[in-house]
Amino acid sequence: MVSSKLAANQPDSFAFSDEAEEKITYWRKKYPTDKQRSAVIPMLWIAQKDHGGWIPEAAMRVIGDRLDMAYIRVMEVVTFYSMFNLAPVGKHLIQVCGTTPCMLRGSGDLIKICQSRIGSAGKVSDDGNFSWMEVECLGACVNAPMVQISNAEGDHYYEDLDEASMNTLLDELATGNAPMPGPRVARETSAPIGEAITLLDKTLYDGSRGKRLKSIPNAPAKASKAKPKTKKPAKETGK
Amino acid sequence: MSELRKVNIDGVEYEMPGHLTLMQACETAGAEIPRFCYHERLSVAGNCRMCLVEWEGAPKPMASCAMSLNDLRPNRDGSPANIRTNSATVKKAREGVMEFLLINHPLDCPICDQGGECDLQDQALGYGRSETRFEEDKRAVEEKNMGPLVKTNMTRCIQCTRCVRFISEVAGVEELGLINRGEGAEITTYLQANLTSELSGNVIDLCPVGALTSRPYAYNARSWELRKTESIDVMDAVGSAIRVDARGAEVMRILPRLNEDINEEWISDKTRFVWDGLKRQRLDKPFIRENGRLRGASWNEALMVIAERLKGDPSRIGAIAGDLADIESVKALKDLMESLGVRSMDCRQDGAAIGGQAREGYLFNSGIAGIDEADAILLIGVNPRVDAPIINARIRKAWLENNAEIGLIGAAVELTYPYTNLGNQPADLNELTSKRNPFVRAMAKAKKPMIIIGMDALTRTDGAQILRAAGLLAAKWKLVREDWNGFNVLHNAAGRVGALDVGFLPRQDGLNTRQMLDAAKKNDLDTLFLLGADEIELSEIDDTFVIYQGSHGDAGAHRADVILPGVAYTEKSTTYANTEGRWQQTRAAVGPKGEAKEDWKILRALSDNLGRVLPYDDIAALRASITAPKTSKFDPAKLGKAGKITNTALAPNPNSFWFSNPIARASETMSRCASSQSAQLEAAE
Amino acid sequence: MTLADKDRIFTNLYGREDWRLPAAKKRGNWNGTGDFLNLGPEWIVEQIKASGLRGRGGAGFPTGLKWSFMPKEVGARPHYLVVNADESEPGTCKDRDMMRHDPHLLIEGCLIAAFAMRAHTAYIYLRGEYVFELARVQAAIDEAYEAGLIGKNACGSGWDFDLFVHHGAGAYICGEETALLESLEGKKGQPRLKPPFPANAGLYGCPTTVNNVESIAVTGTILRRGAGWFSSFGRPGNVGTKVYCISGHVNNPCNVEEAMSIPLKELIETHAGGVRGGWENLKAVIPGGSSVPCLPRDICDTVLMDFDALRDHKSGLGTAGVIVMDQSTDMVQAITRLAYFYKHESCGQCTPCREGTGWMWRVLTRMCEGRAEMSEIDLLLDVSTQIEGHTICALGDAAAWPVQGLIRHFRHEIEAKITNYRVGKAVHQVAAE
Repeated sequence: MVSSKLAANQPDSFAFSDEAEEKITYWRKKYPTDKQRSAVIPMLWIAQKDHGGWIPEAAMRVIGDRLDMAYIRVMEVVTFYSMFNLAPVGKHLIQVCGTTPCMLRGSGDLIKICQSRIGSAGKVSDDGNFSWMEVECLGACVNAPMVQISNAEGDHYYEDLDEASMNTLLDELATGNAPMPGPRVARETSAPIGEAITLLDKTLYDGSRGKRLKSIPNAPAKASKAKPKTKKPAKETGK
Repeated sequence: MSELRKVNIDGVEYEMPGHLTLMQACETAGAEIPRFCYHERLSVAGNCRMCLVEWEGAPKPMASCAMSLNDLRPNRDGSPANIRTNSATVKKAREGVMEFLLINHPLDCPICDQGGECDLQDQALGYGRSETRFEEDKRAVEEKNMGPLVKTNMTRCIQCTRCVRFISEVAGVEELGLINRGEGAEITTYLQANLTSELSGNVIDLCPVGALTSRPYAYNARSWELRKTESIDVMDAVGSAIRVDARGAEVMRILPRLNEDINEEWISDKTRFVWDGLKRQRLDKPFIRENGRLRGASWNEALMVIAERLKGDPSRIGAIAGDLADIESVKALKDLMESLGVRSMDCRQDGAAIGGQAREGYLFNSGIAGIDEADAILLIGVNPRVDAPIINARIRKAWLENNAEIGLIGAAVELTYPYTNLGNQPADLNELTSKRNPFVRAMAKAKKPMIIIGMDALTRTDGAQILRAAGLLAAKWKLVREDWNGFNVLHNAAGRVGALDVGFLPRQDGLNTRQMLDAAKKNDLDTLFLLGADEIELSEIDDTFVIYQGSHGDAGAHRADVILPGVAYTEKSTTYANTEGRWQQTRAAVGPKGEAKEDWKILRALSDNLGRVLPYDDIAALRASITAPKTSKFDPAKLGKAGKITNTALAPNPNSFWFSNPIARASETMSRCASSQSAQLEAAE
Repeated sequence: MTLADKDRIFTNLYGREDWRLPAAKKRGNWNGTGDFLNLGPEWIVEQIKASGLRGRGGAGFPTGLKWSFMPKEVGARPHYLVVNADESEPGTCKDRDMMRHDPHLLIEGCLIAAFAMRAHTAYIYLRGEYVFELARVQAAIDEAYEAGLIGKNACGSGWDFDLFVHHGAGAYICGEETALLESLEGKKGQPRLKPPFPANAGLYGCPTTVNNVESIAVTGTILRRGAGWFSSFGRPGNVGTKVYCISGHVNNPCNVEEAMSIPLKELIETHAGGVRGGWENLKAVIPGGSSVPCLPRDICDTVLMDFDALRDHKSGLGTAGVIVMDQSTDMVQAITRLAYFYKHESCGQCTPCREGTGWMWRVLTRMCEGRAEMSEIDLLLDVSTQIEGHTICALGDAAAWPVQGLIRHFRHEIEAKITNYRVGKAVHQVAAE
């Protein structure tokens, strides 16, 4: 819910691109034919991606018509979930996690940088390159503080930031580079910094674990050895 | 019914059906359970948390609306579960909820139209604190447009979602929703479009606070100054139970009353909001046309003029009873005409091919409540959404709860449930024999199949033949049995069944409506008496002397040579028979306008002037003279007439829902509804 | 004594190795899966019950028991397994690692669990922000289909199994199982009333079980190593291994798989490089994700990381997201930020949560400055108890508990702020006169 109010300037109509239509076809196959409404969140997301990062009102109606949903039901969904933007965003949307684990490790500094370099939250910078917002926990707490940056390239996590690396990140984006996602300190993903103390046992990775099990623990005596090829579990009424 | 379950409520052991909710069980046991979101005719939301009760041993109090006795487990020792409605836990829970509801509520009760009849106000008395502990700024919520009927003040909203559930579940249009989340949650329509349901006004009654109120009634009155009169609606042939609230001589608003057999607790928007039509275009004194212009006259003068005309050749006199005529006045007019030897009289302004045969041939025989039991319904030439929104809601319920199959022969209209369109030619009825047609199979195997035939079919020139075709299908599918009569005629005129019941039909050699109008056009009719008949074509009648008796200056009065001012339904205590044939009485909520008089009294006075005094001096004597309608052996196969059905498509009733009678046509609110509806339709195109 | 590498389930937790199928198989993923299925659903459920596995998503409900609630026969309605990968509890980021680095353990677990509950279809519901993880899980699923591990006749078992990935769009509440189901059905994520429980009427009204990613991903290894192996770690009733997330004021924040019931201090010191500035510099720990009350240092000295030990200290294991706060932390502010989180994430359905979370946040915001009355501390506590236990889902409780923890252990910090504010104010007034 960047803005629960719709943008004042709305396109008259909305149509999915061919590429988006392919994605829609792919997603709709995941749900039973009589439960196509399940595709509403994926379709809204595809629409947002297809429309430069925000969902115009006309898209809600298109999706409502496609999924046989009342428009108000689409509107309920759009306004309930915080990742749907109802007004234009910058080319790079900086989403700064501000919840306590990130706050404890300096998300406030990142927010200040955004304020000074981009402007107030929710406003698109004059060059159209950036907008930013504070978001709630993004689920990368051991790599705090972090931001998610949404742009045409995707939605990437940039982690273990500080003032310097945040500034560098924005500089890179401003110059049109695509910075590598991930931690900005020397560490492997969520592993602790420094010398590893776990997952060092070579036998975990040498293939010995992939060898056929000698026996199945707690298997009934007769079944533990011979593989009962013929036994087929009940599935008569499954589908 | 389910098995009986033992439960201990506030220390007393009871045995009750297991399907009862804890709320129902507690209320049966005499404990009052406060609630906001719960409504027995809507799905359970369980969101207001006001109805919490304690189940001893459970970690948290339970929402009593959402749990049934079957969900309870007995105590460890096998004794029945203990439910407490009055413990400290329950008190704290309810007081807490009440405080939460009030912290962001504006407490603007003095200027709130809900004041005096507000659930929040009432419950605050029992569970509210005497002073606030909330020191923060209160939330303000933007007003939302919902159209000309429902006014919003969303800052007062407590997000109970009753309105959302009603509009989706009962009204059957998904137009209201709760957008945003958390404390930003707001009720709205999509982009604040107008509500389009004909039942939308019911959300005003459902709203437990003053968030949704009546726009036409806004700031007009306080509930406690109103005089409440229980009555019956005449906007359609449903006969919904209503309460007319008046102050002085004015009707201020109309609300529904509970009648499980008819309208449950809903009424249509026309029923609810037509009251401003009672104040406009009223005929408040007699008029006589002189030199082409109407002038005010005394009662005596008007009656003398009429008496003179009615003394002429009875074969050149006719009488037509309109759609809002009550049984007493129709009976009085019939008695008067018969005493004069007049043979041309008719209550079917629209020429419907009914009457004169078995009474069941023109009734909604299954009863309105019978729709609840139906599992297959064939609609013939009817749009229940327009003709009777209340009945439409029942059909929707049958679809929801019985999975009823619904088929339609008629113009494809937007209904609030899925249906099979079986064609728009009435001749398609004769095609409904193929076993390959899935709808035909559904009708044939249904336990309680039903046909609902409406005026779009019966008012055609081949209405009698369509009626026969429908009757034959009814016979074929065994709709009429000892235990079930699924042959139903849906009327749209409140006075029609009553007038048919008292036999206001052409006598032998008499003319029916169409014949009378034709005769009048050819100057073969000297005098035409219209008892509130406005929905007929009068423009080509030149020389015939037209007497109009009625309440509103509508089409009939416009053409009339003499006008006798009668009263509207809120000003008289008279009888109407609804489409089921159920006789019910209205009650006068206010007095007649100006010099107007109750219709039967006018006719009684006229009979005096004619020297043919009707044999009743009061309404009790008049009623005593009416014999109860007879029921006869009913064979649907004999209904109507055999013959060819023309190949003209069934056309929907061209009259707007909002303008179906003179009172509605006089109402500004109805005009606003009609224009907002057409604006919305244009926008959608 | 730390958990031996050979006893770790998530052997690619940090993604040092390849996540793809061949490497995953080398690490033992998918080893014997078809054989387990051949032993039948009841056997699997018995093994999971015997392992003592309790749900890893926060509530700690015994997983095998939960599976056993599913109807034993499939009637007219199909059964569904839904995996809760809507990881959003502040302080928690373990499922993310499992999905991006060990996706085949999850997929294998999905097959086993679905088979055990007689479901032919499973959905994994990822939070919308995990765009990368969604693509990764999907790629792994494609591999598994390709290899015949899932799909028609999965692993040669004769059982057909389809697995789909679905995603949300930013709503913490969708981590609540019934809200998740609503969301998966294309609606707002507002929790449902229970009963009916999902095992009776869940996704699309069909029998459904919702399990956390970790609960599902460990099942293959449990069957391979044996229920007794799994239950040999930790204390009775609190057994197995667990992936902990250690964030906040530690030297080396990390995720790590350890035994249940490991002492909190040992966990932090062994794996996270200790508290910033040393153990003495510790002020408080939120041991199980933001929803559980914080613990002051004296409790942290000795407390064990398991369900019962933390419950005994009026906190909880929750998701095992350990948020460490050193002496520099403004506790009032730290909890106020969480209060904001719950206000932001309340679905708005129930009165106490919708209205109460905002109230608590506003009072706390004033308290951060000291702009409050002393009596408001008790008011705040009272408001939290008016929310707790009075809502449809547990979000109300989750919002109330951190505030209660703050008042229980750090009331003096609030009082100090109020006093300081007054002191400042009094000086002003005197100066003005």
